[in-house]
Amino acid sequence: MGEIVLSEVKKSFGGVSIIQGIDLTIDDGEFAVFVGPSGCGKSTLLRLIAGLEDTSSGTISIDGHDATHLPPARRGLAMVFQSYALYPHMSVRKNIAFPLRMAGVPKDEQERKVEAAAKVLNLTPYLDRRPGQLSGGQRQRVAIGRAIVREPSAFLFDEPLSNLDAALRVSMRQEISELHRSLKTTMIYVTHDQVEAMTMANKIVVLNAGRIEQVGSPLELYKSPANLFVAGFIGSPKMNFIAGAEAAKHGVHTIGVRPEHIAIAADGPWKGVVGLAEHLGSDTFLKVQVDGIGPLTVRAGGEVGLNYGDTVGLAPQAGKLHRFDEGGRAVAG
Amino acid sequence: MSRAVSTRRKAVVTALAWGVGLVIFFPILWTVLTSFKTEGEAINAHPSFLFFDWTLENYHTVNERSDYLAHFWNSVVIALGSTLIGLLIAIPAAWSMAFVPGKRTKDLLMWMLSTKMMPAVGVLVPIYLLARDTGLLDSKTGLVIVLTLVNLPIIVWMLYTYFKEIPGEILEAARMDGASLGSEILYVLTPMAVPGIASTLLLNVILAWNESFWTLNLTAANSAPLTAFIASYSSPEGLFYAKLSAASTMAIAPILILGWFSQKQLVRGLTFGAVK
Repeated sequence: MGEIVLSEVKKSFGGVSIIQGIDLTIDDGEFAVFVGPSGCGKSTLLRLIAGLEDTSSGTISIDGHDATHLPPARRGLAMVFQSYALYPHMSVRKNIAFPLRMAGVPKDEQERKVEAAAKVLNLTPYLDRRPGQLSGGQRQRVAIGRAIVREPSAFLFDEPLSNLDAALRVSMRQEISELHRSLKTTMIYVTHDQVEAMTMANKIVVLNAGRIEQVGSPLELYKSPANLFVAGFIGSPKMNFIAGAEAAKHGVHTIGVRPEHIAIAADGPWKGVVGLAEHLGSDTFLKVQVDGIGPLTVRAGGEVGLNYGDTVGLAPQAGKLHRFDEGGRAVAG
Repeated sequence: MSRAVSTRRKAVVTALAWGVGLVIFFPILWTVLTSFKTEGEAINAHPSFLFFDWTLENYHTVNERSDYLAHFWNSVVIALGSTLIGLLIAIPAAWSMAFVPGKRTKDLLMWMLSTKMMPAVGVLVPIYLLARDTGLLDSKTGLVIVLTLVNLPIIVWMLYTYFKEIPGEILEAARMDGASLGSEILYVLTPMAVPGIASTLLLNVILAWNESFWTLNLTAANSAPLTAFIASYSSPEGLFYAKLSAASTMAIAPILILGWFSQKQLVRGLTFGAVK
């Protein structure tokens, strides 16, 4: 029902190549997240799938049909925008009903579907309000409601939570995940926030400079990043990279070790001085200046009593080292 | 950055604003006052401001001598007609310039504006000949066409600036929701731009109502609007200031009243986009 296949998709704006040849299959019912730094082309890729931009070359097929040149409305997709993009002059009811009205659905059926969507999204008390009278979270739910009533073959989300405050972001994240579980419809979600990507996705697509760096499940990307970019992008705090003599010991150009894979051990092979200690309660993040290696970030338990200036020994966990060659590609073993 | 403004300062600024307002308004006020004077009083070397013999005689004479209602109706048809047709052309034009700009859109806008910098008299002869050859001299249709074209650059520019304020994502959402181009403009863009469209409409009705170059040059009797009505009291009977003033007052009254009631819209329209 909602399989989306991109092959050799390219897009350039006035000679500047934004998307540099993307091959990607998103299976029916999948929750795919496009993640990457600003300007990596993730939103452009979503807009190409939506039909809001034309591809420069390549094909996009939806449900097995070539949709490359179809207008947005005929692709059977629904989109939720970062700014919500609600119609400010219409009530919530009319906003949600708008796609049905455009499709010429009879009035009573429109009404029934709007009521049903409003119920799912807890919007029933607000149906007669204008978007301007709603909070950010409620507006976002209206935008989702407008997408749901179309019964699309896939939902497209363009950084939908970035205008919300931190607490609301967490709860909306869960709501969208639950929505995906109950609707079982394909969803493509664009974000620059790797936490959103890790928590929501079945499949993460890491993009950088208009290319796909790696595609995989959240844990695959975490456990075996294909290159330095993915290794550095997935995981928080960032993976530590060590080049030089220490890497040469492992026979590669660069080694990487995640902050949570470094233990504090008096007899550890690395000795250093704590430069910064962030006590979060549940965790303690230490910035340690290690002799001959440089600064490393270490994630320790919340009860660790280390502070600025303390000397510590560090031990990387065996088998958790990532090795990269000169070109930044992961080296197996 | 807020600053406490003293009461005294406020009073001075208020007085100044009233002063400037009165200076600007004074010619109109004087015209209205003169229209109630006798012809003798009107040309008196030592005119009195309020203490003269108020008379309605000038209004009687003007109404006897010319058909105010016919001129009024011509003005209404010409001003409203040219503005509405202008809007019909300008809304799609401004839509395309604001939301799907091409490489030359800015140039196009500048070119449209530049036509307003040319003195109208420069094209009087060709337009007059065209109107003559197409039988549109002294016809309301002809004037509606000419005034539509004359004011179109301003209508397009005003709408363009309003449309620029509307986030493109909302129109994209409409496209995703299955709206055709027509529905997008009709159900989403236009309702959102109603304040802008309303002030554009008002301003253009006023501009077209007051337009005197083309209305005087292309009309004679049949389609002469109120500008011609005033003019008929000026040149041949230049000394009859009181009657001229009465005619002027009658001509500007409708638009003055319209402007008075819509001043909020107009001010908002003219400053739209200046402050977000």
